[in-house]
Amino acid sequence: MQPKLELLSPDLIDHVLSEAFYLLETHGVKVQDAQARRLLGEAGARVDEANEVVYIPETLVRRALETVPREFYLYNRYGEPVVRYGGDAVHFDPGSSGVHILDPDTLEHCPSRTPDLARLVQVAEMLPQYAAQSTAVVCNEVPKAIGDLYRLYIVLLYSAKPIVTGAFSVPTAHYMFDMLAIFAGGRENLAQKPLAVFDICPSPPLIWSEFGARGLVDLARARVPAQIVSMPLAGATAPVTILGSVVQHAAESLSGIVIHQLAGPGAPIVWGGAPAIFDMRHGTTPMGAIETAMIDVAYAQVGKSLGLPTHTYLGASDAKVVDAQAGLESGITAVIGALGGINMISGAGMLDFLACQSAEKLVVDAEAIGMALRLVEGIKVHTDTLALEMFASIGFRGDFLKQKMTRHLFPKEQYLPSAVLDRGSIRAWEESGRLDTFARARARVQELLAVYQRPPIDPDQERELRAMVERLARQAGMDSLPPLM
Amino acid sequence: MTDELFRAMARSIIDGDPDAAADLAKKAVEAGIDPLEAINKGFVPGVDYVGEQYGKGEMFLPDLVLAGEAMKAAVAVLEPEIVRQGSQRQTLGVVVIGTVEGDIHDIGKTLVATMLSVSGFRVYDLGVDVPVATFVEKAREVSADIVGMSALLTTTMVRQRDVVEALEDAGLRSQVKVMVGGAPVTRAWAQEIGADGYSEDAIGAVAVAKQLLAK
Repeated sequence: MQPKLELLSPDLIDHVLSEAFYLLETHGVKVQDAQARRLLGEAGARVDEANEVVYIPETLVRRALETVPREFYLYNRYGEPVVRYGGDAVHFDPGSSGVHILDPDTLEHCPSRTPDLARLVQVAEMLPQYAAQSTAVVCNEVPKAIGDLYRLYIVLLYSAKPIVTGAFSVPTAHYMFDMLAIFAGGRENLAQKPLAVFDICPSPPLIWSEFGARGLVDLARARVPAQIVSMPLAGATAPVTILGSVVQHAAESLSGIVIHQLAGPGAPIVWGGAPAIFDMRHGTTPMGAIETAMIDVAYAQVGKSLGLPTHTYLGASDAKVVDAQAGLESGITAVIGALGGINMISGAGMLDFLACQSAEKLVVDAEAIGMALRLVEGIKVHTDTLALEMFASIGFRGDFLKQKMTRHLFPKEQYLPSAVLDRGSIRAWEESGRLDTFARARARVQELLAVYQRPPIDPDQERELRAMVERLARQAGMDSLPPLM
Repeated sequence: MTDELFRAMARSIIDGDPDAAADLAKKAVEAGIDPLEAINKGFVPGVDYVGEQYGKGEMFLPDLVLAGEAMKAAVAVLEPEIVRQGSQRQTLGVVVIGTVEGDIHDIGKTLVATMLSVSGFRVYDLGVDVPVATFVEKAREVSADIVGMSALLTTTMVRQRDVVEALEDAGLRSQVKVMVGGAPVTRAWAQEIGADGYSEDAIGAVAVAKQLLAK
């Protein structure tokens, strides 16, 4: 039995959906892309061209929901399906698109550059807790025009895992599809065995920008998986209540699915998001707040009621260093997301409202994720009798450590943490230098980097990729690509 | 042939399989292999491997304990043969260990005994609730190098002092090192009662024991 956290009753889910349908039909959605408006209009939605507002009837939404795949897989570079989007499968990946990196020596939040991203990708590659990579930070030394595809390039160089990514502009999205197609063996194969999912964001409240709507259409036509990242900010760009924000999330996501399925019926799309509450003291968007996690689990429940694959942003912290706040916010929310049965949970490694990535935090978060995944594995029956056979020869001696069954079963029962978590004696702790979590995390990062090996990559494919990125970099005004290390 | 047997011996320790270890020991005796060689070239490399893997975090306490059980099974077969040949097994030292009188806590003490045993000490585990006199008698009987005492309760911890005093009264104190351990035991307590070594855990106990006998 997979343990689950549910926050909404079936009645409340119906209520959320009925209000979302009502909003779509009577309040409407702003769609700032003419092509998407035309698709919607031709399918029977009422379009107010002057105001770019589209009124979408429930029947149109229901039809779109019929063609959305209930599940799909992301593949690694070896063609193995390693991430299942669908049902209650739970996976984690590092948070995406940070602009800073935590310098482990000075604790400064520095603008992230290529070597920082390479380091993050290498660390995440070594940690089985991360089922997928993300394009974790932007590289600030690279022109914005190619920032998105350049990140993907770095991840492709250092990782064989599937990738959670996203494009910053319409043309670069297509270059990114082409980059992935190099490894998939063409665009058609990429559609069959996708190596990446692309985040695509509505603008709260209830707006699909030209870029967002075009992204939906292009992804659907390329049949590359799309991940809607709706981000209501409860109390600022969305209703202050959790339920109000969940309704807005549903309306934004449903309208996105309609546009997407009209452009490419049957193309894979994910019911995802990165909502947050709005902090009324500081005007910030706390990702580590319990209510943020509650919005996430609630909207995921709504998506699940429609049979859709799910995603969210949890396991991040608003702390500025890898401290107790970082640990508690990331750990608590990772567990909540896992109990929500959310298929992809992004956010690990992140500090400072998703602005700052940290390799050291990634290794700490990996332990929280390991525990969260253990929790959702649940309690299993491993033996014919629950305890009787273990008592067969034990008498009244505490000799279970001597039982072969103990050796055989403890790895199945216990999640074994790395040395980042201190479970040793105080003597051992004192003798190893009285290290705190962050110090142990720094050591672990060094250990992982020391043994990291670049996954095998076909030299022809690498050459093709590099040539393509170099050409695009030249077009963007760069003479050469920045050093990798 | 012999090499193959030795490899199988190491494997039986790594697998923590006492039956296989005893069978292989018997085979060695039947084949006329020097029992000391069987231990040192056959079984000990298995113990070393397990200890090493444990140190690296690749193997775990159940592996250590079962390796210890397998080692004991092998030694039980080979030891009489060694004695019969008028020889003696080299050990790092002889340890008498037990949980003090009035205290029945077993796990920590047994772990220490196992760790010492797999590390090459000859260990006499007296069990739990061991009277003061029993520690002394056994220490004298086996010419112990180390007497180790465990106590998990503050109320029974005081017995550790009694054993130290009894060893003195028996005239053995200068010949044995005393090690103490257990949840309430601190370095300060060890010093107060005149013990020579103290450790927080089983892994540390081996290091302390080696250190004490190296002096």
